[in-house]
Parts: sequence; structure tokens; C-alpha cells
Amino acid sequence: MEKYLYIALFAPLLGSLTAALFGARPKTLFTGLWTSALLAVSWISSILLFLHVYADPSANVVHVEMMNWISAGNLSIPFGFVVDQVSVTMMIVVTTVSTMVHVYAIGYMSHDKGFNRFFSWLSAFVFSMMILVMSDNFAGLFIGWEGVGLCSWGLIGFWYHKQSASWAASEAFIMNRIADLGMLIGIFLIYWNTGTLQYDEAFAAMNDLEHALLITIGAFLFVGAMGKSAQFPLHTWLADAMEGPTPVSALIHAATMVTAGVYLVIRANPLYDLIPEVGYVIASLGAFVAIFAATMALVNRDIKRIIAYSTLSQLGYMFVAAGLGAYWVALFHLMTHAFFKALLFLGAGNVMHAMNDELDPFKMGGLYKVMKPTAILMILASVALAGIYPFAGFFSKDKILEVAFNGDHYILWGTLWVTAGLTAFYSFRLIMLTFFGDERYKKLGFHPHEAYSYMLWAMAPLAVLAAIAGFFEHAFVDFVTTLLPSYEFHTHHVEMILIAVTSTIALLGIGTAVTIYRNGMLHPKWMENPLYKLFTNQYYIPQFYEAAFSKPYKELSIIFWKQIDMKIVDATVDLVANTFFNVGTQTRGVQNGNLSTMLRWMALGLTLLLTFGLIFVVAATLLG
Amino acid sequence: MITLNHYLVLSGLLFSIGLVGVLRRKNLLMLFFATEIMLNAVNIGFAAISNHYGDLSGQMFAFFIIAIAASEVAVGLGLLILMYKRKSSVDLDALTTMKG
Amino acid sequence: MFESIAFYVFSILTIVSFVVVVTTKNALYALSSLAAGMILISGFFFLLNADFLGVVQIVVYTGAVMALYAFGMMFFDTTTDLTEKHGNPKAVFALSGMIALLLVVMLLAPIASSHVSALYPMVEGVGNSEAVGMVLFTKYLIPFEVAAVMLLVAMIGGIILAGKKMDESLTLSEQGEGQ
Repeated sequence: MEKYLYIALFAPLLGSLTAALFGARPKTLFTGLWTSALLAVSWISSILLFLHVYADPSANVVHVEMMNWISAGNLSIPFGFVVDQVSVTMMIVVTTVSTMVHVYAIGYMSHDKGFNRFFSWLSAFVFSMMILVMSDNFAGLFIGWEGVGLCSWGLIGFWYHKQSASWAASEAFIMNRIADLGMLIGIFLIYWNTGTLQYDEAFAAMNDLEHALLITIGAFLFVGAMGKSAQFPLHTWLADAMEGPTPVSALIHAATMVTAGVYLVIRANPLYDLIPEVGYVIASLGAFVAIFAATMALVNRDIKRIIAYSTLSQLGYMFVAAGLGAYWVALFHLMTHAFFKALLFLGAGNVMHAMNDELDPFKMGGLYKVMKPTAILMILASVALAGIYPFAGFFSKDKILEVAFNGDHYILWGTLWVTAGLTAFYSFRLIMLTFFGDERYKKLGFHPHEAYSYMLWAMAPLAVLAAIAGFFEHAFVDFVTTLLPSYEFHTHHVEMILIAVTSTIALLGIGTAVTIYRNGMLHPKWMENPLYKLFTNQYYIPQFYEAAFSKPYKELSIIFWKQIDMKIVDATVDLVANTFFNVGTQTRGVQNGNLSTMLRWMALGLTLLLTFGLIFVVAATLLG
Repeated sequence: MITLNHYLVLSGLLFSIGLVGVLRRKNLLMLFFATEIMLNAVNIGFAAISNHYGDLSGQMFAFFIIAIAASEVAVGLGLLILMYKRKSSVDLDALTTMKG
Repeated sequence: MFESIAFYVFSILTIVSFVVVVTTKNALYALSSLAAGMILISGFFFLLNADFLGVVQIVVYTGAVMALYAFGMMFFDTTTDLTEKHGNPKAVFALSGMIALLLVVMLLAPIASSHVSALYPMVEGVGNSEAVGMVLFTKYLIPFEVAAVMLLVAMIGGIILAGKKMDESLTLSEQGEGQ
């Protein structure tokens, strides 16, 4: 079984390295096919591992230590990997979505010059993500963490000639870095107080630590999760990350990288069980982010950004579940969300390609006639997102609302309930504006066409999973709670009522959207509304960051450059060099070839010798 | 009374005068003159010491110095003539070929 | 008493003439002063009971060496003054003054070392010349022979260096020179 672990882990790396060899050459179809094939191999290995672990969860966990990495004094960090219930779930999600996205990207990037480079980065990303989920210690987790950050940077800024893309990539990376500082501090604290970074040993030792310390550790680790999963206030990078190609958004910013933060909290559940206060803060922040992002998605004029805010919102849901201790619920929602969100992004990619990379839904409309399969897939995904029975989103989202209600956190429940309505509304706003209504695109001269058929076939498995994944809930719970703590629901009597209430608001949201947008855009009068302006400008947060952080930092950098580096450091080094030079120039006169001068120097030397001799003799006689 | 010290002081003074000449003179021939002064000063010193200790070694030394000085003058003047033929000048600064 | 008078007279004269040699602008004055100085130095030698040395001084130095220098003076136009570019004369005098001071200070110290014994003591009863002869041809024979060879070499060297073109007159062909 261990060989499957290694195959699953290193197949994407092999694909990435081979594709990198062709990085500078124009498109070779081989790279796309080869990397997709290797991803499929990894996928199959993950499924085999899953079946193996599923057969006997407590005994069949695969745990390998590949090699020793750091062994210095008391610090021993191996390259170890573990395939247990949580990591195998993540592996399945990652490999499934990755394989579909790879096949899709062969078609999407087929006219791009950087085709080979794209697949290299993409497979490298999958490799890093696999390290992240399969590692059995915090150091390996951190390596994967940084790796996905790096590959995300490379992929967001893939079209590096575009200034906005480069800027967005740097913004993502820097924000992640800021959060990583918090995570590193957390990891240091763990090591310092427990002496080990292996998950099982560290968590076992945490029971003996004092509460304040545990809160600190948990808080710092969550700061790292905040950066990766784009929680407030480190959320601005996610929307800007839409500068990257759409397959990237589908893979990274829907299904995998942004869920790494949730994975961290789930993995560290023994820690967070000991500090429920921090968990409550996490949940509150998650709920806030959920409604915050939903409001911004309501009015956005960019299809990818709408979907990005939707991701942000759903991440908030996951954190609510994880914060309140229902880890398997968070994991379940993570899984289902990955499927339908990736599907949404891929569909949006089809629309963009058809509309010549146009992003504004106000310029589209009535595309249903031209792009029926894409429209159907996107409608399916949106329905799943809105949480309508029998699709997957219904099961997972409902469970989260139940968790909130269960703990008597009614404010959280209320927030999430309203957000569910908003989610349904903006998802269908997007659908209606893009696919139905009057055909605004015709006036603007677009000639849309459907995507290649194999791209649609790549989206199909995701659609199937989005549809049926919910029915595996019980099997999933039984499987995962052998490792994760199970969550006690006390709300069985109100369960049906909650389901009804949630479904009502979801359907209400859908209905409102369909009605308002059936005949086209909203009246422009709405855009004068100050609330509308607030939402459209993302609550003016990016402007605030620019003024409060970016500008002063830039000024500081300029000061450091001009005043300190050039005037002080350079001047000092130049001073040393100039001193030597000037001394040399001055003393050059000693050897000017003039006999008279040389004789004078000789006489000077004689004087010095006589002086020393005199002093020496006098001293010798005086001192005897 | 004239002791050895008197002679030695005199020898030292003459030596310094010769040194001034060596350092100061730019004409090669004058430089030779100054060198002669220095040699003679040393001779006085030798003779004085020899007289004081009753040892003939000092006088022998002075004798040989005179012999050497004579041959030095011969060769030196020969070289001086060659340099004059080459550079039409016996000035020391004309000998300098380095640019400093 | 005569000795001290003679000593002081000779020493003052010697110092004055050597100072003239060193500082004068006229080449002939320098030459003459040097010759005078040499003679006076031989006077010192006579004062110090080094008769042979004094005579050798007169013969070799004042006779041969000064004659050589006199021939060397032919390269100058002796009617004009020597023009010498003196860079920083003060430094020279300071330097030499320092050295003089140091030497005087060192040499004024009473030299009373009783451990020094004569290596070749003077023989009683014979005059200085004979004593010198006795030591020169026995104890200092090798340096004597070497000195003789050296003088031979110097002579030949001097002739060859200076007399390349024996049939040409130096003074007459002075304008065309410059090799």
C-alpha cells in the first residue's frame, strides 16, 4: 500500500518536472496529455488508498517515514506521510478536481503561448497540495503550505505581461506570507512546548499544557489559516486572484488551496477541542465573512468575482462548522463545495472563452440558446450551491446550519440563514444575467460558441458528484468519525423545521433573482443607492489597505533606499575603498625614481634608527 | 685635554655635513664631493679610536677605505662621463625616468 | 697644549671648508675647498700619531682623487653658477640636524670600556710606518692583495668607460653629442 502513497504523491511532481523541460517552447500537446495522465494515475492511487483505509479505518491507516530531514540535537523532523481518514478524503477531492481541471485546461489554454509552463505550474501545485494533506507533521504541512502559496503566485501571475496580474499575484503571496508568520509562530510554540512536531505526539502532549498557552497556539495557527483561506481582514487577495486563468481559479481558489486553512483547523481538532473560546471566535469570524462576502457578490459585475466571493462565503460556512467543533461537517462541506464550485468556475471559463474573455454579465444575456450544455451544468452547480434538495449542497449546508442552531448560537444561525438566501439570490442573478434575458451581446459584436466537447466531458464527472455526493453522507460520517470527534446533535426534534426554513429562504432567493432579472438588468436607479456603492467598492477596504499600508510602506522603503542604503551603507564602503586609493596616491611619491628623494628617505630611516638606538641604550643603562 | 670623545664628535659633525651635501646637491659631481666628505669623516673616527686604544686595526681600516674610495672615484667618474654623453647633463633630476 | 690648539684650529678649518663644499654655488670653490679639507684631515692624522696614514691621505686623496675630480670639472662651464633645483631645503637641514644631534649625544657619552683590548697592539720602539708595514704585510695581507686587484680593475674599468673613442676629442665634439 505504501507504493500507492508514493505514486499518489510523486506522480504530479513527475508531470510537473517533465512539463517544465518544455517550458520555454511553444505549445506541445504532449505536456497537457502527459500531466493529465499522471494526475489520473495519482487519482487512481488515491482511490485505491481510500478503499484500503475504508475497509478498516482504525487498522489500515498507512503511515510512512520516507527519510529523515532535520536531525539536530533534540529536533527531529522526518519526511513522513500519513494516509488516514481525513487525508484520504482530501486526497480524493484534490486529485479528482485536479484531473478534471487538467483535462479542461488542455482545451482552455490551447491557444496560449505558455501552455507547457501552465501545466508545469499546475502539476507542481497539486504536488504541493498533496504534501500538505499527506504530511504527518507540522513542518511538512508548512512546506506544502508554502509550496501551494508559491504555485498560486505563479499561476495567478501566469500572464505576467499584464501588470494587474503580476500585482494580484504579489498581493496574494504577500498576504499569505503575513499570515504564515502567525502560523510559524504557532508551530514554534508547539515545538517549544511539546518538543515534537509530529501530529499525534504533539496533540497528545497538549493536554498537559496550560490553557493560556493553548489559546495562543490556536490563535496563531488560525492566523495562518486566515491568510490561506482568505478570511477577513486578509481577504482582498482572493477576488483579485481572478486575474489568473480560469482553470487556476477552479482548482486553487475553489477546491484546494483555500481549503487548506479549513484542513489545518480540522487536523488540529484535538487542540481546538481544548480551547472552545478560540473556536467560537473562529466561528463568529466565519459567519461574518459569509455574509460580508455574500453582500459584495450581490452587486458585482464580473462573473469570476461573483463566484470568488461565493467561495469566500462558503469558506466562512466551513469555519463556522469547524469552530463550533463539528469537524466532520466542515470536511463534508469542503468536499461537496469543491465539486460544485469547481464546476461553476469551469462553466464560467466556457462563457468567457465564448465571449472572448469578457467578464461583465451585463454585456451577456441569452446565451442559453448558444451554450446549452454549459448552461445546464452551471445551473446544476448553482442549485447545488444554493442548497436545494437533492443536490450535495443541501446536505452539507443544512448540517452547518443545524450545528449553529444546536449550540444555541442563534446569531450565528441567523447570519448563516440570511447568507443562504443571499447565496441563492446572487447565484441565480449570475445565471439569469448570463444565460437568459435579452441578448445584449449581439449589439456589442460578440460571436459566442460552445466549448470543445472534451472540456464538457471533463466537467461532467464534477456535475455528477455535485449531484449525488450528498447521499453518501452517512457513509462519510461513519468513516470519518473514527478519527474525528463526532458531534452530538440535540436538535432532532426541530431538524425538519430547520430544513424547511432553510429551503424556503433558498427558494425565495432563487425566485427573487429569476423575477428581477428575467427581463434584463436592474434599473440604473439602483446603482445610486449608497449601500450598492458600498458593496461594489468592496466596503472600500482595498482603498484603505492601499492608503494605510501600501503607501507608508513604500515611502519607508524609499527612505531606506535613498537615505540609508545609498548615503550610509554605500558611502561607508566607498569610504573604505577611497581611503586605500588616496593613501596609495599619496605614498606613491616615495618611489619617484629621483635619487635625491631616495637619499632623503634613507637619511630619515637613519634618523629613526639612531633615535631608537639611543633610547634603547639609555633605557638599558638606566634600568641596568 | 683632547679626549677620544672630541675626535668622535668632530667625526660625527663632519659626517652630518657630508650628509647635508648628499641630500641637498643635485649635481652629480657635487654629490661625489659630499660622499668624499663622509668617507673622510669616518677615517678620522677610525684613526682616533686606533690612537686611543693603541690598536693598529683602526689605521688599517682607514687605509683600506682610502684605497676603496680612490677606485670608487675612478669608476664613478667614468660612469659620470657616460651619462653626460647620453643626457648632456649631470643633473640628478635628468636621471629620473619614472613619472612619479 | 699644542695638541688642543692644533685640534681646534684644524677642526674649525675643516668644518668651514666642508660647509663651503656643500653649500657653494660655484663649482671651483667646491673643488678647492674639498682639497683644502683633505689636507686638513691629514693634519688630524698626524695629530693622532698615524703618520703613514696622513701621508697616504695627502698622496692619494689630495693628489690622485682631487686630480680626478679636477678632470671631471671639465664638464662644466665653471664661469656660471650651478643652478640646482632644491626641493624643500628645510627638511634636509632638519634631517641632518637631527642626525648630527643624535650622533653628538651618543658620542659625548663617556666611552670607558675597559673590556676593549687591542687586537693588533702597537709595537714599541718602531715608528708608525714600520709598524704599519709590519701589520699590513703579515696580518692584513689578503685584504692588501685584494685591494690591489680591485684598484687594477677600477683602473681598467675607468679607462674603458671613459675612453671609448680615444681618437675623438670630447670637448670638440660636444655639440654633436647626445648619444
